[in-house]
Amino acid sequence: MAERSKYVFGNIDWLVLLLYISCVIMGWFNIYAVVYTPENPMSMFDLSYRSGQQLLWIGTASILIIAILVVDHKFYDTFAYVIYGLIILALIAVLFMASDIKGSRSWIKLGSFSLQPAEFAKLGTSLALAKYLGDPTLKLQHWKDYRVVALIIGLPAVLILLSNETGSALVFASFLIMLYREGLPGIILVIGIVMAALLVITLLVNKWFVVGGIIVLVALVIFLMPKMARRRGGALTSVLFGVGMIITVLGVDFFMNNVLQKHQRNRIMVLIDPYSDPQGDGWNVIQSKIAIGSGGMIGKGFLQGTQTKFDFVPEQDTDFIFCTVGEEHGFVGALVVVGLFLGLVSRLIVLAERQRTRFGRVYGYCVAGIFLFHFMVNIGMTIGLMPVIGIPLPFFSYGGSSLWGFTILLFIFLKIDAQRPFAL
Amino acid sequence: MQENRHLFIIWGALLIGVIYLARLFSLQVLDESYAIESSSNSIKKIIEIPARGQIYDRYGNLIVYNTPVYDLVVTPYKARVRDTLRLCQAFGIERWEFDSLMAAAKAYSRVKPSLFLRQLSKEEFARIQDIMVDYPGFEFERSSVRTYTTASMANALGYVSEISKKQMDEQEEPYYRKGDYIGQTGLEKFYEKELRGKRGTKFVMVNVKGIQKGSWKNGELDTSSVVGRNLYTGIDLMVQQYADSLLVNKVGSVVAIEPKTGQIIAIASSPTYDPRLLSSRSFSKNYMELYRNPYRPLFNRAVMSSYRPGSTFKLIQALVALQEGVITAGTGFAHGSAPMKCHGHPPIASVAMGVQHSCNPYFYHVFRRVLYDNDETNSFTASATGLSRWHEIAKRFSMGEKLGVDLPSEFKGNVPDDKYYDKRYGKGRWKFSNIYSVSIGEGELLTNPIKLANLAATIANRGYFYTPHIVAGIGTQDGKPLQQYRERHETGIARQHYEAVIEGMKGAVTRGTVPAFAQLSSGIVSAGKTGTSQNPKGEDNSIFIAFAPVDDPKIAIAVIVEYSGFGGSHAAPIANLLIERYLKRETISKSVEAYVLRKNYLPNYIFPRGTILPKVQERKDSVRKAAPVTVPLAVREDTLRTVGLRRTGGNKQDLKKGI
Repeated sequence: MAERSKYVFGNIDWLVLLLYISCVIMGWFNIYAVVYTPENPMSMFDLSYRSGQQLLWIGTASILIIAILVVDHKFYDTFAYVIYGLIILALIAVLFMASDIKGSRSWIKLGSFSLQPAEFAKLGTSLALAKYLGDPTLKLQHWKDYRVVALIIGLPAVLILLSNETGSALVFASFLIMLYREGLPGIILVIGIVMAALLVITLLVNKWFVVGGIIVLVALVIFLMPKMARRRGGALTSVLFGVGMIITVLGVDFFMNNVLQKHQRNRIMVLIDPYSDPQGDGWNVIQSKIAIGSGGMIGKGFLQGTQTKFDFVPEQDTDFIFCTVGEEHGFVGALVVVGLFLGLVSRLIVLAERQRTRFGRVYGYCVAGIFLFHFMVNIGMTIGLMPVIGIPLPFFSYGGSSLWGFTILLFIFLKIDAQRPFAL
Repeated sequence: MQENRHLFIIWGALLIGVIYLARLFSLQVLDESYAIESSSNSIKKIIEIPARGQIYDRYGNLIVYNTPVYDLVVTPYKARVRDTLRLCQAFGIERWEFDSLMAAAKAYSRVKPSLFLRQLSKEEFARIQDIMVDYPGFEFERSSVRTYTTASMANALGYVSEISKKQMDEQEEPYYRKGDYIGQTGLEKFYEKELRGKRGTKFVMVNVKGIQKGSWKNGELDTSSVVGRNLYTGIDLMVQQYADSLLVNKVGSVVAIEPKTGQIIAIASSPTYDPRLLSSRSFSKNYMELYRNPYRPLFNRAVMSSYRPGSTFKLIQALVALQEGVITAGTGFAHGSAPMKCHGHPPIASVAMGVQHSCNPYFYHVFRRVLYDNDETNSFTASATGLSRWHEIAKRFSMGEKLGVDLPSEFKGNVPDDKYYDKRYGKGRWKFSNIYSVSIGEGELLTNPIKLANLAATIANRGYFYTPHIVAGIGTQDGKPLQQYRERHETGIARQHYEAVIEGMKGAVTRGTVPAFAQLSSGIVSAGKTGTSQNPKGEDNSIFIAFAPVDDPKIAIAVIVEYSGFGGSHAAPIANLLIERYLKRETISKSVEAYVLRKNYLPNYIFPRGTILPKVQERKDSVRKAAPVTVPLAVREDTLRTVGLRRTGGNKQDLKKGI
């Protein structure tokens, strides 16, 4: 016990800390590269530019880290529901009093800085989920348990959706990874992925082709099935699956063409297929690919990027920050960033697995899942593999709320992990 | 098995990583098209906004075209302003204006160009161009501005302006961007898609100095712009300008139609404005002034207003009654028990005479017979049956529905049927005596000039009409109008009934309700009908519809002059002058013109915007005139100037020389 109080950083996982610091510093340099202009060189510390402001956020984040590490780990367990409740209240409040920024009402203005409660909702939800599933007697086998889980996840997600932050709401899908680890049948995950894929395909391809494809696929599966399986009802299951898929396809098609207004339909189409609007979001993706592609193997060098400077997407230092990495540091730089994130996620999973309490493990998986989702969607969007969903790249994108949110999320887990020997 | 799941997740994450790295490798290392020749080049997207279509009159005279102008844009982070004072002097703006424009640009984006000054003319551009070399960060962009050959027809033409936020959000397909121009009213709005053309996008490589180095990817992703289509209208610009001139100092409107085609020859609304006011740099200021103006110059009375048709509706009454067979052309009625008074005239012995003298009691009896001449014995049910049958025929004149003219915001109008009154009074609780004011065009009837002109055209055609439309051809001079304007609408009323009514209209113009001083001296044989409809706001509205020549109608016209009084004295001379101008290409009846120009019917009391005006009591005796309101007609010169009416420019010349 004496050892614990002596070193705040004692027992902390140094690898994660190192990865964190690398990400934050690289992020800061890249933000500077975005706002830097050769005609008007300014200092990295200039507070009137975003690089200086980001440094301020990094500084305050360090203070937060120390505060988190000083507080006893039991605090997060004990107050999980309280924190969750407060964040839900903030999300409701934001719907009524938020200022409208770019069509989304999700910011609370505090003096000259704005905070986005949505960035902290992931944290509150993770804690609440960990607390609820931390109960050792609870097994994720009853429909009733899933109902509570769905409520914990769904409530903040819907509130965020109402404030027009579709991207941030989608992040809540990342909790599926944790649920899978905790015993959610794998088939549900598969069905979820298939449904999502069908949705996208239906919007892009003629529905009758899709329906035809499904029928062929089902026939093929039944034909190739071992006789044993076929006899045990495998054929029926496959047909039911196929019918379900066809209903989904036709339902999506009907909804898109008969229920939605034309302009609403277009907004969804742009999300799925940016090239349907080559002058709007499609342009962002084209430009983003140009920027990354022009980087070549080793990039153009720090501050030498040109694509990300002129006439680019408005979110070049937030959602599209990865373009700067790709352009100025080339494939090597991109490799490093991808490596950093994969390292972070894998390490978090390893740490989560070694937790003694279920609370710690669930929370760890929530954190890992959130980082994985952000990484996957954000980078996928810049290289044209994912629809344009505006969510930040953790630690790299400019923004106080997101940096704070991710830092708190990560360091609460590090604290729980550090005090693992004292848990239980 | 659950114990292995963490490995699945890690492998899944690594798989995503590998896919992404493979994609990155192909983008960055394998695909050459992204590796632009030199690292100092970049790709710029240039949007080409095509020229908007021009608008012509029926003889090929230009009405609206475009003048190239230059917009000055500023990119804040590049902007270096060493001598602000010199810059302000060059632009002719104040220091504070410069500061606020700069602040607005910075607030929008530091790195993206924002509009700084709009619509610099060629001359201004030439003057400033040299100075601007000293001010990096400022660039000129070519643009164009709507230009008008005449200060006429503003309401029908409409205007273009920057798209509003609401319009941006509601657009059906994502076409418009912030700062784009869009047609807001009139033809500019109705034919927006035809006029605007299709914008193009070009991707070009530029070097650091902003100099273009050719297209990117050989222009694979480029789309070329398509110039907007021209509109060829049926407007006769000379008649149009003349109509606008005759309406000066009056509140009202004129619509003239070519009966055989439905093409609109002239469409004027007064008070109006100079269309150039809304295409200039001071759009917002001018717009607000026009918007706040109590005479509502932005309101297109020709299609948006609502009036009671007054006696002009007697034409429909006569036609319906003849078609129903309840009267014949030779039926006469004495004044009898009718509750309305009439002007002194000989006893009415035929429909033609009824029309000629616009006899109120006569049409009271006609309408009464239409309602009651059926098998029902109960006067309530008989009225309902009669009105239902009456409406069946009356509605074919499209008085109670939108005609579908090619202008936005058309007023619907109202021709009540039995269901209308059932809703109002309750089923079986109304009869002829509740609604007899309909017989002379008052009561619940509502119409407007375009519908009245269409009525004149229908009678001129002896039974059919084409939906009135301004644009006769899209794209080329002999292009076709839209499909809906090529369809002939029949009224199904026999031709001889029209002849009976036209006989009366001929009489009305020469020896009936049109006074001698308003009659033409040029020998044109026309047919017309006067109307005097109640105006809840003041003096009666004067209405006149006509067509000419009677035997081969070339023009059908409706004129409404508000606050002026008797229909024959105020609206008729204007209509006559326009008919004469259209048919003879000049004004022969000079005394009539002098009379019209002398008259001033502008009410000089002013309603603040939003004032709720007292409605006419909707009682069964609504035929009785509303309490007379004394309206001094003399308006001082200065009133006119403050309300921004067109007093100068073109009009005097228009009067003399035509165009």
